[in-house]
Amino acid sequence: MKRFGVIGLVLIVLLVVAAQAASAQTVTITYWQYFYQSKVDLMTDLIKQFEAKNPGIKVEQVTFPYESYNQKVAASIPAGEGPEIINLYSGWLPMYVKAAYLQPLPKTVFSDSYMKSTYYPFVVDAVNFGGKLYAAPTAVRTLALIWNKKLFREAGLDPEKPPVTLDDLAAYAKKLSKYDAQGNLIQAGLTMQPNGQGHNWIRDVLFRQFGVAPYDATGRKVTYATPQGVAALQWYMDRITKDKVGYPNFTTDDVTAFKAQKAAMTIDGSFRIATLKAVTDLDWGAAELPSNKGIQSNFASFWTHGIVAGVSGKKLDASIKFLQFITSPEAMEQWLARVGELPANPKIAAAHKDDPIVSVFMKGLAYAHATAFVDEAGQRNLFVDMVDEINLKGAKVDDVLKRTAAQEQKLIDDFWK
Amino acid sequence: MTLAKKRAMTAYVFLALPLVFFVGVRFGPMLYAMGRSLTDWSLLRKTNQFIGLDNFTAVLSDGVFLKSLGNTLTYALVGAPIVIGLSLGIALLLNRVIHARGLFRLIYILPYITPIVAVSWVWRWMYQSPPLGILNALFSALGLPARDFLLSPKEALYSILAVNIWVELGYCTTVFLAGIQTIPMDCIEAAKIDGATDGQVLFRIILPLLMPITLFLMIMQGIQFLRIFTPVYNMSSQAMGGPLDSTKSAALYIYQMAFTKFEMGRAAAASLILFALIMAVTLLQLRLFDKRATGQEQ
Repeated sequence: MKRFGVIGLVLIVLLVVAAQAASAQTVTITYWQYFYQSKVDLMTDLIKQFEAKNPGIKVEQVTFPYESYNQKVAASIPAGEGPEIINLYSGWLPMYVKAAYLQPLPKTVFSDSYMKSTYYPFVVDAVNFGGKLYAAPTAVRTLALIWNKKLFREAGLDPEKPPVTLDDLAAYAKKLSKYDAQGNLIQAGLTMQPNGQGHNWIRDVLFRQFGVAPYDATGRKVTYATPQGVAALQWYMDRITKDKVGYPNFTTDDVTAFKAQKAAMTIDGSFRIATLKAVTDLDWGAAELPSNKGIQSNFASFWTHGIVAGVSGKKLDASIKFLQFITSPEAMEQWLARVGELPANPKIAAAHKDDPIVSVFMKGLAYAHATAFVDEAGQRNLFVDMVDEINLKGAKVDDVLKRTAAQEQKLIDDFWK
Repeated sequence: MTLAKKRAMTAYVFLALPLVFFVGVRFGPMLYAMGRSLTDWSLLRKTNQFIGLDNFTAVLSDGVFLKSLGNTLTYALVGAPIVIGLSLGIALLLNRVIHARGLFRLIYILPYITPIVAVSWVWRWMYQSPPLGILNALFSALGLPARDFLLSPKEALYSILAVNIWVELGYCTTVFLAGIQTIPMDCIEAAKIDGATDGQVLFRIILPLLMPITLFLMIMQGIQFLRIFTPVYNMSSQAMGGPLDSTKSAALYIYQMAFTKFEMGRAAAASLILFALIMAVTLLQLRLFDKRATGQEQ
């Protein structure tokens, strides 16, 4: 028995030594993202391609459910156990940069001029904190008006002609709404879902189209509590309370309603393309967001990759190489083909301007704005409550808007304090 | 060592393991939370400082927290008595049923053994507005106006409460039924021979003898409703406890403070306040009912 013990011990020692010798040659880095099947599959492939080109570097992909992703990331900070490279939502960047979770991208590779020539302007703005750039995305997303062609036909509307102005949109929505004998809405003309993309539509599209920017140039001052802001919110609320073409949480949410063909039009992002294409009996189209008095606007957001603070030496070199690879033109092409999100590089995107769906979202990028959220969930919820206060409690639009602006200002001030 | 001592030793050894578990998993974290509630601990900061009672004043001056405390009390003060009353009535009726008693019992216990997340989602769909919800379809067939249920700040809390009552009913009914069946039949028969009416048998014999069980259920249900979380989390849109915080319970507030705002210090303070509330309610119940319960047992 004893002899076996000794042999076993020797074997273990040998194995440990061998493993360390092997790991001295290869550097292993970890990449985190949330679980979304097509993204995970694509990343697995991209990692294979990268490893083939870079012998000596191994990349491990770790994913978490979307619902708990932000929590996992936050919890990894005090635990000191995280990845080298991480995928984060653009709206979370201020929070994580302030927490010193990310390190600035190395200027040697991601220089200002490189970033400016590679990415849409709003991307560079959104990753810039105090003159340092903290993240680089592969793909970006915008909003579009998505409509159900079958329901257009049923309502006697031309299924190939979506509304182009807000006035048209309101008129179409009325025609497309259906009610039962007791007057209950059973088919929404337009989804009104502030906790979906609705709050972004109000914030970065409707406010601007009625003549007021939601924030000042620094992004730290709330500026929408003006008569123009009231007009924008009033227009939104009129669709719910006056025209009754839709209301928050109709058939649980906007995506469910549209997929179930219970809503004829919806405002949603390019990330929804793959989901909608998967619904076989759904005949839909996408158009640029309706304009108002000639003003076009859109909301852009993106998931972006950053390098975690504290990564250094060989691991940092490997992480930089990997980041370069997953933001390269070839990665962007694959991302568009397999996930459906738009290339973050305008030159790459331009090559796809003939695709009827992709082109719509791309056009939106030209005039899109990205909100610098300090607390994305908190700021979204303020808008959700704002609409509910007016819709469910009959509060006055201008009072509620003023109060919401003050609350959001406090949220922003507390963050930057 | 005497036999009795040996036996006691054996018992202590077996009790030691659960004790380790209790200290490690319950009391340890509780003490830790108490300490942490006095710091500005946030997941997003690497260091944290002692800030005294600031978290408590911040939480207690937060309108949303006060609202969630009010909601929590409503859940408990309305929910627990209804559950106790209804389940006692059902148990008494079931006790009289001769045929298919097992089937009835199964029907009442089913909601309790179904995962609460599944229950919440099924009810969420049943509560939907037209054209989806089955309840509103029923109303519409009967010519009644549609109800908003979960979409209305006035009805949402009670809609969620109803589901929780329905779930807890099975458990309480089963416990009451077991209690009723332990009441010696000769007591009741003797009373009847002496000319007691059904009402007298119920109020003078059965209910007093059920007092210890009622007290137990009151306390357990009180705690259950004061800690309500899962149905609220699953039945409100995006788990926010809306509309307009009208269904948000203290437990959900704590969860959001800790895991969406990452303010662990404040969440710890809020959870200690909830702890104090549950403790106070439980002690109050013990005071009010314990004398009567134990008095009857002697």
